Amino acid sequence: MSAAVDEHDHHDDHHDHGPEKGLLRWIITTNHKDIGTLYLLFALTMFFVGGSMAMVIRAELFEPGLQFVDPAFFNSMTTMHALVMVFGAVMPAFVGLANWQIPLMIGAADMALPRMNNMSFWMLVAGVLLLASTLFMEGGAPNGGWTLYPPLVLQPITVGKALPFAVFSVHLLGISSIMGAINIIATIFNMRAPAMKLMDMPLFVWTWLITAFLLIAVMPVFAGAVTMLLTDKFFHTSFFNAAGGGDPVLYEHIFWFFGHPEVYIMILPTFGVASTIIPVFARKPLFGYASMVWATASIAFLSFIVWAHHMFTVGMPIAGELYFMYATMLIAVPTGVKVFNWTATMWKGAMTFETPMLFSIAFVVLFTMGGFTGLMMAIAPADFQYHDTYFIVAHFHYTLVPASVFILMAAGYFWLPKWTGHMYNEKIGQLHFWLSTISVNILFFPQHFLGLAGMPRRIPDYAVQFADWNMISSVGGFIFGASQLLFLYIVIDTIRGGTGEKVSDEVWEDAAKHGLEWTLPSPTPYHTWTTPPTSVPTEHVLDSH
Amino acid sequence: MSTNSTYYIPHKATWPVIGTAGLMTMLAGFANYLNGSSIGQPLMIVGLSVFIVMLVGWFTLQAKESESGMYNHEVGISYRHGMMWFIFSEIVFFAVFFGTLWYTRNLSVPWLGEGATKELLWPTFDAVWPTNGPGKVGGEFEPMGAWGLPFINTLLLLTSGVTCTWAHHGLLAKNRDQLIKGLLATVALGFLFVCFQAIEYHEAYSEMGLTLGSGVYGSTFFMLTGFHGFHVCVGAIILSVVLFRSTKGHFSPENHFAFEAAAWYWHFVDVVWLGLFIFVYLI
Repeated sequence: MSAAVDEHDHHDDHHDHGPEKGLLRWIITTNHKDIGTLYLLFALTMFFVGGSMAMVIRAELFEPGLQFVDPAFFNSMTTMHALVMVFGAVMPAFVGLANWQIPLMIGAADMALPRMNNMSFWMLVAGVLLLASTLFMEGGAPNGGWTLYPPLVLQPITVGKALPFAVFSVHLLGISSIMGAINIIATIFNMRAPAMKLMDMPLFVWTWLITAFLLIAVMPVFAGAVTMLLTDKFFHTSFFNAAGGGDPVLYEHIFWFFGHPEVYIMILPTFGVASTIIPVFARKPLFGYASMVWATASIAFLSFIVWAHHMFTVGMPIAGELYFMYATMLIAVPTGVKVFNWTATMWKGAMTFETPMLFSIAFVVLFTMGGFTGLMMAIAPADFQYHDTYFIVAHFHYTLVPASVFILMAAGYFWLPKWTGHMYNEKIGQLHFWLSTISVNILFFPQHFLGLAGMPRRIPDYAVQFADWNMISSVGGFIFGASQLLFLYIVIDTIRGGTGEKVSDEVWEDAAKHGLEWTLPSPTPYHTWTTPPTSVPTEHVLDSH
Repeated sequence: MSTNSTYYIPHKATWPVIGTAGLMTMLAGFANYLNGSSIGQPLMIVGLSVFIVMLVGWFTLQAKESESGMYNHEVGISYRHGMMWFIFSEIVFFAVFFGTLWYTRNLSVPWLGEGATKELLWPTFDAVWPTNGPGKVGGEFEPMGAWGLPFINTLLLLTSGVTCTWAHHGLLAKNRDQLIKGLLATVALGFLFVCFQAIEYHEAYSEMGLTLGSGVYGSTFFMLTGFHGFHVCVGAIILSVVLFRSTKGHFSPENHFAFEAAAWYWHFVDVVWLGLFIFVYLI
């Protein structure tokens, strides 16, 4: 197949179209690069919005006692921080990367369904607007936790007027994600350059393909769950009401059937980016390409059959506890395959340590730690101790912040020069890296101790024996938060010219061996691959051939 | 895949952002309405109107582009991927409610009637389906039988699946008369189904005491059949549009994605109904 760019309604002009003029360009664009940029900028904004909420949380927890905010607002902050970071920052950031990179990496002229691509983005904005509007409502934003468990979340005092807005927000975000995922699947299957076989695809493309299937399979589940919350609250149904024959635990099952794949939706593309960056700076092909693909698929499959490890203490039959414990531990196998593969890729490589590589190495180390605490909690009897303590907070923040967020940073440093044609300031980049890596550990590592000592999560006040580690954690949090302003500076600076150094097409030494996008000019033209490449680099898949 | 063809990539799209604004306004209105605010209803109406205008506008544009030959084979494949995975997401959505029914009937209701729950909380509760729970939420009710209207509706939908396929054969054989008659029958059967379901609901509410509030039986019954009924309406509207386009001479044996998508959707709705008939009505 060869793809050519065609006119809109009228056929008066067959030249390549540049972007529209002015602000309208960004509203009605169907260009995958424009939409990718919109997603990434929106995600960066939400990263700071959600980050500010985290700062409120850490400020309140700086010392025992109630300092700055009232408990209901504190609970709103924990709830909204999670929802904003998951649905507003991390997921959209990866969709943004997918929009930019997948067509470049597979030799496609654009996404398969460009109009729907535009709609996915605006649905995201609409969903986040509905959610954010609850902050300004009587009764405040939802404060029953991001999981929205009934019956708590159905109590008038917990929801105020926010519940229906939160529910409809989830619907819109779900529609957005599903449309985005469908587009990615159609693009990968239908728009790929004929020269590129499935097992030639870069791992970023593979991980996103698998993630897209996860999205389509679980977003409707969340939509269904919150719909039942809505009808239980406003239309007299009894889904989660034991007096009417329902069961609140059912909600937890449905939620986590969505929720567990959901966390992998945030981590699989992370794996994909890491597998793209590490070989370039190790100057070696990725070790074990095929095993990486299979490990990704295995993790995705396992994510559907382990959900109840989030609910070990809810009162399940012992057979259920055992099954979910062993099934969960199985995930360590494919995940271990990946960690060993990244390590083996670096082994005896001619490594250099530019900012993207630094973030990627930190990811491998710190994500592994988050994985190990996950294994600890997979052990059902031990989890009875850790459940709902700061230990779990430490665990999932290790898998999300120094993993997903670090890799998003790495991706920014890695591809911004390609997209903009400008080099970022390496010194500030490295400063950003070291500040982030040190502070993120000061922030989250002590939370393991707090959790093991029994400090519960989601509380604005705590017993005095937890004071020291909380203060240290908060200090780490403030440094981490402030350090991210460096990233904001670098992004703006790079877009506006960076170091002034003109980057080559490859940007990174021999990058063109690793991926198609590095064979294009820098900055990437508005339209790329109007005729598909006739050959594709196979350095990254050497092992599988 | 054909070589040297051109894949149509539109350069701007105004309908998506209009549709999103409409949908968001509608949902914000609905949320306000649920919270008892008086601006809720007007907002809903405005939002829904904008959304409908978007649907008409966007699909008119698509039909025009399709008929002017702007979509090549690959574009058609992309659309088929899109429709296929959209239907998959819908299947998952229904699976949530089927799963809820299964969990309730086989796990949570029996648990309510045994062990400590029975001894300490609800000693008189008999855990037998159908139930509105130990609290008898919603009061006495009569469960919906399978062999009245629901059975007739099953026959109607199954027949409509046949007429839909018959119309497709007409389209492939360039028999426009058969295409239009088949679609007409399908649409008519679809709307008849919805009418019968309305009658069924009316009987449930007015004579059987069965409402959405009748405990977990009422909840699962109306949620499953209600969402299905809504999908029948949507499917019938889609088929009506396809029928209208057929009378305008649209579609050819090679190029009729809209017909195919509508037919896929219709068969999906059909299969969901069979699941409902078995799991909600029959057993």
